[in-house]
Amino acid sequence: MSMLILALAITMAQIILGLAMGCAAFRVLRGPRAQDRVLGLDALYLAGMLLLLTYGIQTGRTLFFEAALVIALLGFAGTVALAKFLMRGEVIE
Amino acid sequence: MIQAPELPLWAALIVGVFVLLGALITLVGTIGLIRLGSFYERVHPPTLGPTLGTLCILVASITCFSVLQSRPVVHEILIAIFVTLTTPVTLMLLARAALYRDRRAGTGEVPKD
Repeated sequence: MSMLILALAITMAQIILGLAMGCAAFRVLRGPRAQDRVLGLDALYLAGMLLLLTYGIQTGRTLFFEAALVIALLGFAGTVALAKFLMRGEVIE
Repeated sequence: MIQAPELPLWAALIVGVFVLLGALITLVGTIGLIRLGSFYERVHPPTLGPTLGTLCILVASITCFSVLQSRPVVHEILIAIFVTLTTPVTLMLLARAALYRDRRAGTGEVPKD
């Protein structure tokens, strides 16, 4: 019984997070200017990280946690590099 | 794909409620990304929504693995600290870059000082 409740809740959460990734991807594809696309990319990697965490809860393995940590680290570095590029026109001066 | 870890009922309720709540808050944040009009309004939802959603899902993950391994597992705190610290930094950098670009381009919708 408790397993059925948990499985339904986790599956619904995964579907909702997939919708959230779709909304962010819409802004990446559609965004009128470059900063809108970077903003959509930021929301996209956060939602993807959350999706990996729910897979980790579903399977009960800690492997997915490390992948989520790597996505969080590299996504931050990517967004900062893109913001720097929009500001200056080059990443490393 | 019906699959879930074997948890007692109270832990299953806590984990399920927090996972659903986190996913819904994240969805609200990204819907704001679609619906709002200008870039300077759109900067706010991805900071608020996914940060709170991340905290909720991490609470669920901590509860799940602590019950499964019958000892406190708190390494998810790393992601919580990291996301909470870095999201405002990235969005502030992005807003400053956008402000700089809009002022150089001379478009009309730049906020006043």
